[in-house]
Amino acid sequence: MPDAPLAMVAKVRGALRLGAVNGTARDRGMAVGMALADARAVLPDLIVAEMDEEADAHWLMRLAWRCGAWSPHVMVTPPDGLVMESTGVDHLFGGEAGLAAQVEDAMADIGMMTRVAMATTSEAAQALVRYGVHYGQGPVADEGRAIRALPTDALGLEYEAALALSRAGLKTVGDVAGRSMAAIAARFGEQTVTALRRLLGEEQAPIAPILRPRPLRFEQRFPEPIGLQSSIAACFLDLMHQAAGEMAQRDLGGRRFALTLFRSDGARHRLMIETGLPTRDPALVLRLFDERIATLADPLDPGFGYDRITLLVPLAEPLLASQNALDGEEKQEAALAELIDRLSTRLGPQALRRLVPQDSHMPEQAQCAVAAIHHPPAPWPAPAQGEPPLRPLFLFDPPQQVDVIAEVPDGPPHRFRWRSTLYEVRRFEGPERIAAQWWRRKEGEIPGMGGLTRDYYRVEDRHGRRYWIFRHGLYEEKPDPHWYMHGLFA
Amino acid sequence: MEAMDAALGGGLAHGCVHEIYATEVGDAAAAAGFTLGAAIGIAGARPLLWLRSRRAVGAMGVFQGAGWADLGGAPDGGLVGVVGDTMGLLRAAVDGLRCAALGAVVVESWGAMRELDLTASRRFALAAEQSGVPLLLLRVDAAPTPSAARTRWQVTAAPSQALPGNAPGAPCFDVTLLRQRSGPSGQSWRLEWDREKCQFREGQNHEALSGAVVPVPLDRPAANRAGERHAA
Repeated sequence: MPDAPLAMVAKVRGALRLGAVNGTARDRGMAVGMALADARAVLPDLIVAEMDEEADAHWLMRLAWRCGAWSPHVMVTPPDGLVMESTGVDHLFGGEAGLAAQVEDAMADIGMMTRVAMATTSEAAQALVRYGVHYGQGPVADEGRAIRALPTDALGLEYEAALALSRAGLKTVGDVAGRSMAAIAARFGEQTVTALRRLLGEEQAPIAPILRPRPLRFEQRFPEPIGLQSSIAACFLDLMHQAAGEMAQRDLGGRRFALTLFRSDGARHRLMIETGLPTRDPALVLRLFDERIATLADPLDPGFGYDRITLLVPLAEPLLASQNALDGEEKQEAALAELIDRLSTRLGPQALRRLVPQDSHMPEQAQCAVAAIHHPPAPWPAPAQGEPPLRPLFLFDPPQQVDVIAEVPDGPPHRFRWRSTLYEVRRFEGPERIAAQWWRRKEGEIPGMGGLTRDYYRVEDRHGRRYWIFRHGLYEEKPDPHWYMHGLFA
Repeated sequence: MEAMDAALGGGLAHGCVHEIYATEVGDAAAAAGFTLGAAIGIAGARPLLWLRSRRAVGAMGVFQGAGWADLGGAPDGGLVGVVGDTMGLLRAAVDGLRCAALGAVVVESWGAMRELDLTASRRFALAAEQSGVPLLLLRVDAAPTPSAARTRWQVTAAPSQALPGNAPGAPCFDVTLLRQRSGPSGQSWRLEWDREKCQFREGQNHEALSGAVVPVPLDRPAANRAGERHAA
């Protein structure tokens, strides 16, 4: 529904007000700053959504990156503006008008409505875009006149100063500019003069461009291909030291390292390692790469030698320089992290896992085994005081069927046959009744459709081996329910 | 338990290899429970590394954090590794032993495992000695072979002391110290795991009173049923 009136609302001082409206809504009388209740009264079919400032800021940043294609200096002016320095770049796009047209077209391609203005200073351009009527046609013919015709709001002053200007009867920028600067500074403050001078292009404010961080990429080229293991290892270490120096400057630590070896005949080997904690320790990363190389199905063959080796750090996280604590606890943590990294590199990230409790009463869903390299530990609830172990040490998934002889049909098991051996139950506890997750089933709320209830028994046979077995279904749910072995106790 | 600690010269030692054999395949869970208890006792607050062979997972099922916590352990910091090939399992164990931050390394192995020879065992012992981290080598469906282990145990499940209503109680084990380097061996004890204190206490052999048949391992001397005789 592109033509439906749409408004985004935000909470301003406890009241919901329109923060942004689309063209249709504006044509039908909606304006930014209107209370939502008033807007609804005027336009009952207004579609309302909540404003997401964070997403807006994120999107604006992405647009700013895109603008890097036109100019190296792009500044973000929240909530909805971008400033580009066009000096020295506009001739590449056919002059100022050509650049403005290109920007508008590119933004329209991705569905953005834009207003573009060009002016001597960034403040003047912003004022023309936000308050001018001449936008959209590239550079304004007479910038000075256009600026002077703008309302005083275009100065972007504090509330008190703006109020004072309007009380003094000064309506446009031209009215203010017609007075002597000394008088304005005395009555409305120095910042009014600064804003005015910037609008009129008499003073330049520096633009603070967004910086795209240089990728962490390090390269070594060799005039003569190298093939000796020792020289390759020395080159790795050298690259890692470069990377460590750069990352230390930026307070970063790598989580992922990719090493690419370019062989002189054009073949390429790419090796990737990951670490659980950010690191910039060359020796540690080198050890992990050694592990990685040792796990390769066919070993690295230098052939006639490598003529280029690159190291890329695609994933880096903040890592501040730290001082070792006296108790050596950090050292232990680091040692453990290194062990996890090494085993995960050699055996694969899924081989080494941590157990994390899950919020489910179904025994087979009560824990999740997650890759230790990607997840921090999670706390487990303490067991009930004074109880024997109530959950088994090992759980069969899926449960294994057993044949059970019970003394009474819905009673505890008396004897059972599992893996073709007969077991005689000496002690038992139960049933612990665990209902099925009827809310997950279609029509589960209807009696009889919610799935089968399980009756769990902790049993001990005459040898003292302890098992966890359950009957799948009550007798009223199922005529002849099966029994299953679900776990082993210590 | 004092009698056992005395026989061991002060409990299970850090920084060496302890082998734990399950008497039969059916005692694997009990042997694992004894191993976990011993590991919790040795490791204290430090994390455990529990390495399993793929065959162990197939035969015993998935290792449970809830069961681990129910025995008084801390599954939070623990690591569980499943390794398919035996060499990989042994290498991972050596790496774990070299990491002094761990409390203990447990290897749950099934079958004879030809790669686990005297050389591998010595390597374990050396790594354990250097870092002070003990290795508990749980062996199921395997016969004892020469090794560099400090102690070797045999574990059989034992009937627990019944709770009210004839419910199974705290885990009980019949353990035999098959071998101990430079120390007495051959003793047997009935042990019960005390979760609150995280140590073993003496279990009561009430089966003898009721006249039931208790499986007695062949190599256990008949007179050693009660541990007190070895207290001296």
